[in-house]
Amino acid sequence: MTKTKTAKPGQLTFWERNKRSGGYLLQKKIMEVGVALARFILLFGMCFLILQPILNKISVSFMKEADLYNPVVISIPSEFTTENYQLAGQLMYYKDGLKNTFLISLTIAILQVCMCTIVGYGFARFEFPFKKFWFACVMATILVPPQTIATSLYLHFRFFDILGLIKLITGDTINLRNSVLPYYLMSAGCTGLKNGLYVFLIRQFFRNLPGDLEEAAYVDGCGTFKTFIRIMLPEAKPILTSCFLFSFVWQWTDSFYSKMFLGGKRLLSTSLASLVDTLAAFLIRLRGGGGGGVSVGYSNMLLSTGTLMMITPLLILYLFAQRAFVESISSTGIKM
Amino acid sequence: MGYSMKSQTKRKKYVGLQRRKAKSGYLFILPFIIGFLAFMVKPFFQSLYMSFCNVEVGSGSFVLSFNKLTNYYFAFRVDPEYNRLLVEEITRMIIYSLAIIVFSFFVALILNQKFHARALVRAIFFLPVILSSGVIIGLESDNQLMANMANLMEEAASGVSVTDALENILRTAGVATRAFEEVFEIIDNIYDVAIASGIQIIIFLSGLQTIPSSMYEAADIEGCTAWESLWKITFPMISNLFLVNWFYTVIDFSMRTDNEVIKKIQEVMIINLNYGPASAMAWIYFLIILAFVGITSLIISRGVYYYD
Repeated sequence: MTKTKTAKPGQLTFWERNKRSGGYLLQKKIMEVGVALARFILLFGMCFLILQPILNKISVSFMKEADLYNPVVISIPSEFTTENYQLAGQLMYYKDGLKNTFLISLTIAILQVCMCTIVGYGFARFEFPFKKFWFACVMATILVPPQTIATSLYLHFRFFDILGLIKLITGDTINLRNSVLPYYLMSAGCTGLKNGLYVFLIRQFFRNLPGDLEEAAYVDGCGTFKTFIRIMLPEAKPILTSCFLFSFVWQWTDSFYSKMFLGGKRLLSTSLASLVDTLAAFLIRLRGGGGGGVSVGYSNMLLSTGTLMMITPLLILYLFAQRAFVESISSTGIKM
Repeated sequence: MGYSMKSQTKRKKYVGLQRRKAKSGYLFILPFIIGFLAFMVKPFFQSLYMSFCNVEVGSGSFVLSFNKLTNYYFAFRVDPEYNRLLVEEITRMIIYSLAIIVFSFFVALILNQKFHARALVRAIFFLPVILSSGVIIGLESDNQLMANMANLMEEAASGVSVTDALENILRTAGVATRAFEEVFEIIDNIYDVAIASGIQIIIFLSGLQTIPSSMYEAADIEGCTAWESLWKITFPMISNLFLVNWFYTVIDFSMRTDNEVIKKIQEVMIINLNYGPASAMAWIYFLIILAFVGITSLIISRGVYYYD
């Protein structure tokens, strides 16, 4: 038998099939192509919308100040220069800041994920009195804006004391304002940045796992904690990864908690927030105390460069861990 | 699987194995209880108390002296901006939260279809969750240069703006009432909406993927159009996610760093060192948000359809 398209029974050409269906096939095909085209235009536009600020920042960061006022230059600088990067790096103490930010984000993220996993597991897999009440408290930590309690937290750590014990011994309270300890303590107590959300997500994930595994382990004589470590943790890898990534990234960009508790440390987020002021001070010093502020364009150019320098590590991370970010949230099966 | 059977364990005494399990349950959530009591409850009530007090910070400690509602009076009647900022911020929150929900729902619908480079598009839509968090979003809103540049590019595109043209047509047609003005504002600021809806899109997507495709097939065979199955199948099936997303959006929006009320509170607290009034302002804001979330969630939860 020779293989020709038309000769094969049941495999008609498109037009023949179209004819048989009375024009319906063509209509459907046109609809499909039209929808795909509309979808492409819409998505392309929206993706461009989201990416545009980053692209703009990249192009601005290589410009000289003169390019900003040059009406011909829009997005491609007339003279390529990396001096913005050098200056921003110098003003933000980039190397120091990067190291500190990385260390703090990493340790905080690990601590937060560990604690939230333990708590989330407790909420998902055990029945105990007042469980609903405590879970409502978790939701409350999500609800209460940190700004509401900021004032008193600030004073709480300024005059830190454990039930009046320390004052009894040393005669004075401890000032924990400029140490990193309070924030680690808060993270250990699941009250750090967005920790309620992590507890919620992890609990949701554990609730959806089948209980048979655990029961089998119990029957075989495995203790509660051992079951948790050996049996349940490996199952929960995807959600733990994504919570870790979120915690890491949000800690990296956070300015609220950093400003309040980690003020003594050089962090990228806080130095970026004060970059414009630093620049002004730097320029005044450079000019020998002379007046004259910084032009808005120049400071914004530097700010864009600084922002880029801050998010580059995150972008690289996202490039590799994109799947973990996106997919594991959908694996939790969030319901209310 | 006795864990999920709430009714069974609810009214029983905790004895034997259950008692042991209850104990280990408490052990597991102990870190949270300690943290909650130490770093939430105490500051929470202290800040509530502080909002009724005059706070004086000395060298060794701080002194609280009760002064009734003076701080609240200060927030509402003395401070020149607070009322205005509060009203503006809350209207903005309502409008944007609605827009974010609608936007993320439709984007999720599109992203749930099969097409090339879907993973890439999803990754791009999720990017703002990472890049527009914390300090960056506050800086972004102040960045004049970027706004200028965007304008320049728009002009460079030969000044053709479809939205402007449409707005003009609608305005001259006389239909531009206040509601339309709000819609225009959202369309002009679609970027703000897009960058705030990353998480919501993912949550909707996860919901859409759980709807069995057999439902759509059955509806299709019965002669249901895509539009009808959107309203009769998709909408009810993921209606509970609207509640989750609404909750998340409102909370997220009310705590953003570019929020004017929050900026105001921080200014009063850190620059003016007025701890009492700052607490009062924070509490007013918090209570309004709480009431708003509570009432709207209640309304939405009435419309939620539970399949199982």
